[in-house]
Amino acid sequence: MDSGRSVSEPIIACRDVHKTFPDGRGGTTAALAGISLEVRRGLMVALVGPDGAGKTTLIRLIMGLMAPTSGKIEVLGHNIIQHPHAAESHVSYMPQKFGLYEDLTVQENLDLYADLHSVPAADRRTRYPELFAMTNLGRFTGREAGRLSGGMKQKLGLACALVQSPELLILDEPTVGVDPVSRRELWAILLGLVKTRSLTLLISTPYLEEAEFCNHAVVMYRGSILAQGSPGDVANYARGRTFQVRTPPGLKPRQMVASLLRISSTADAVPNGEEVRLVLKAGTEGDEQISGDKTPSGAREVEPHLADGFMVVLRRALASTVPAVELVGDGDISKANPDIAPPLPPAANHSDKPVVAVRDLVRRFGDFVAVDHVNFEIRRGEIFGLLGPNGAGKSTTFRMLCGLLPLSSGTLRVAGYDLRHARASARQAVGYVAQKFSLYGQLTVEENLAFFASAYGLRGSRRKRRLGWAVEEFELSRVLPNKTGEIPDGFKRRLAMACALLHEPQILFLDEPTSGVDPLARREFWQRITAMADQQVTVVVTTHFMEEAEYCDRMVIMMNGRVLAGGTPAEIRKIAATPDRKEPTIEDAFIQVVMDEQKAAAKARGAA
Amino acid sequence: MNHPAPLGKLRRIVAMSRKETLQMIRDPSSIALGIVLPLLLILLFGYGLSLDAHHVPVAVVMEDHSPSAQSVFGAFAGSRYFLPEAVNSMVEAEKLLAAGTVDGIVRLRHDFSRNLRSGHANIQFTVNSIDANRSRLIQNYARGVLGVWLAQWELTHGRSYAQPVTIEQQVWFNRSMDSRYFLVPGLLVLIMTLIGALMTALVVAREWERGTFESLFATPVQPSEIIISKIVPYFCLGMVGLAVAVTAARVLFHVPIRGSLVLLILVSGLYLLVALGMGLLISTRTKNQFIASQAALLLTFLPAMMLSGFIFDIRSMPEAIQVITYLLPARYFVALLQTLFLAGDIWSVILPNAAVLVLMAVIFLGLTRRLTVKRLG
Repeated sequence: MDSGRSVSEPIIACRDVHKTFPDGRGGTTAALAGISLEVRRGLMVALVGPDGAGKTTLIRLIMGLMAPTSGKIEVLGHNIIQHPHAAESHVSYMPQKFGLYEDLTVQENLDLYADLHSVPAADRRTRYPELFAMTNLGRFTGREAGRLSGGMKQKLGLACALVQSPELLILDEPTVGVDPVSRRELWAILLGLVKTRSLTLLISTPYLEEAEFCNHAVVMYRGSILAQGSPGDVANYARGRTFQVRTPPGLKPRQMVASLLRISSTADAVPNGEEVRLVLKAGTEGDEQISGDKTPSGAREVEPHLADGFMVVLRRALASTVPAVELVGDGDISKANPDIAPPLPPAANHSDKPVVAVRDLVRRFGDFVAVDHVNFEIRRGEIFGLLGPNGAGKSTTFRMLCGLLPLSSGTLRVAGYDLRHARASARQAVGYVAQKFSLYGQLTVEENLAFFASAYGLRGSRRKRRLGWAVEEFELSRVLPNKTGEIPDGFKRRLAMACALLHEPQILFLDEPTSGVDPLARREFWQRITAMADQQVTVVVTTHFMEEAEYCDRMVIMMNGRVLAGGTPAEIRKIAATPDRKEPTIEDAFIQVVMDEQKAAAKARGAA
Repeated sequence: MNHPAPLGKLRRIVAMSRKETLQMIRDPSSIALGIVLPLLLILLFGYGLSLDAHHVPVAVVMEDHSPSAQSVFGAFAGSRYFLPEAVNSMVEAEKLLAAGTVDGIVRLRHDFSRNLRSGHANIQFTVNSIDANRSRLIQNYARGVLGVWLAQWELTHGRSYAQPVTIEQQVWFNRSMDSRYFLVPGLLVLIMTLIGALMTALVVAREWERGTFESLFATPVQPSEIIISKIVPYFCLGMVGLAVAVTAARVLFHVPIRGSLVLLILVSGLYLLVALGMGLLISTRTKNQFIASQAALLLTFLPAMMLSGFIFDIRSMPEAIQVITYLLPARYFVALLQTLFLAGDIWSVILPNAAVLVLMAVIFLGLTRRLTVKRLG
């Protein structure tokens, strides 16, 4: 180890780092705008923020994989801009997607990285068993990496990064696309590592709550650092402004959320069980007074989380940079049309007849059972969630519901049609928004709308009425003449929803509508969905954000092709309730369900 | 604390080459490209796309039934180039021609034998000229058949209508005039180009797509080590393809190898290096498999097929195109192959062509080395 470096010297030091990329139209876009941060030895530091915050770009700059446009970066005392590879033998890095060779086995992947890092044979003999014990991969050494589950790939990626003994470990979004159980296991491993080895850890994540495991959180948004400090420091921005509000009778939490978000002093509102979690903005004038006045009755102050603090600093940052708000536009809730939500229809309007009935649904691909005897029903006007990690069978189930994929066995009725026999008629009753939107980038927004209207066979006055409705409802008039490929993602999402709703379907299917979406846009999205449901459209969504399940009336949790649990958010949460955990989250419940399942499977194996 | 140890470098090269080899072996498409494709091409070109015309179906309109006319029919029937069918009327023959059942019509008018005796017989030959090359071939074959027949007829009838000049044909190198003898060696160019350029461009693009380069770049591995590890296994695969192709050419089509086999292997290895260099050079600029494959096909495979002299003779191309062919490595390899297979170890051809290939290998691999940096963009 370099003797010239003192313990207090930062492991990573970035000063005023800028990075711009060409935007493909002759201009440039800023991915990082003046980042300064220090990472001290032995700490766990989280880079946290939504997609597009600049986390990955910053990590790549630190790794010397890209050169910054301007600024200074030092890693382990080396100037990384002049000597991009100077620190590489002391730094281990796991990129997104884990950087594994899928056609090599677990052992071959490990050996490759051990060879590349010149790890001596003697060290391997001690380190391999250690790594296998840590990751539970010992049984799978002969299996090809491509055939591991997401959680196991993540652990193998980590093991490959740890075959050498690095001073600094950098992980880029290691928990994205991985099931909650594996995510918790990863954090347990990381916490153990930092304790037992003298290791410094820089980890990026879009999940705000994960930053709470770290010593230091760097909160990023659109290329800037909004706040940094201990997780408690960040949460403190919301101290005294975070409340738990009881929902008035006859109102659903998500409906109350929608109306609270229209109040300008609201920084954030999300459904939380039967209640609503409300965060008020840090006011600029007469702060306490305003928040005091606007606090709804029946509210009680609660301990803030890092995510609450994030929303407060985000709102403040957006308010202070008005042009930025204009740019962000698509995600700003306060601009949303206040007339979207009509007066609330009574909940009793839900007819008892299910619009979607799924019984013993099975889908096989060769030997692989992607969907394994799944049962559920969805009632009219419900928001129904399909939850689960990648590879759980959500998307397969979804495609069968939409009539895009034939079923292997079972029955499936959508809007009264049997999907085995009347797929075309069922499709007329269904609107579908794919994850990647399926819009024509070369056509203008107006042309896309016109195309989808024709595709659905809309003519005459109905066509005119529906197109007019779509433009108004989704506030598209400003972008009508623009090329769809060039409008911001938020507008694309709205346009995709508008297109899917043109033919007035009874059911709207949305596949992962909020993945890769920033928190503001996610809230705006759920506001719209709430409005749709109030208009008696049944909405079915898939998501891997567990907290979004709170917006659903009912949901099923899927894993490995099977439904592990189903019910209302409150019923699901109850699964994980214990005497010392009175308010479990949906994620707690998910983990509980999976663990119970694994225990039962182990017992069954033992009995057999 | 950097180890300057050459041992680490060697170990990294071995580790990377082993990884690449394992990936290649486990990927069925590389086996298909290395072994199945050479065989398929050999069979396809060897049996299907012969540039010679054999057993051309022709209709012989027998308006005249004299023995002389019969003997003309016999001459066509006896030739390995033709498969004559006797019909009674021109109308019938034209129907067959229009339907594509026959490729030509030989018309023996009712006054054929009478005119023959008076010395001005003429035979009408109609040929389907959709494929101009083939029709020219068929015309020549027909002229040949009739020439032989006429000589025979003169002998038996003791009269001479011989033309004042006769052409004596001499066939050099490809003595049996079998187009397979130069097509099959030419196939080596296509196989080597595919394995060398397309495969490497694809496997590098795959590393970009799957994000594996990103974690590789974060290790002490050097760009030169990455390049070497991509070359070694695909060089071996290319040599396997060469062995398959040469064996098939020998066994199935009895294509002669008049030069030395060692020399053939050496120049093929040299061209393979050039092709690998081109593939790697393309891959430094393309980061997805689709673009990589398009670029490799357009920049290496198609020129090798069209402009190398493998199918189309370079001397009959427009001059501007001829100039372009000098830039193509495939051109020099084709020249080497045709010499080694059909003529022998002719050093005056081998040395200059091989020298150009060496130069190209150095240029392409050198450029690749310069352009390969451990950077993402």
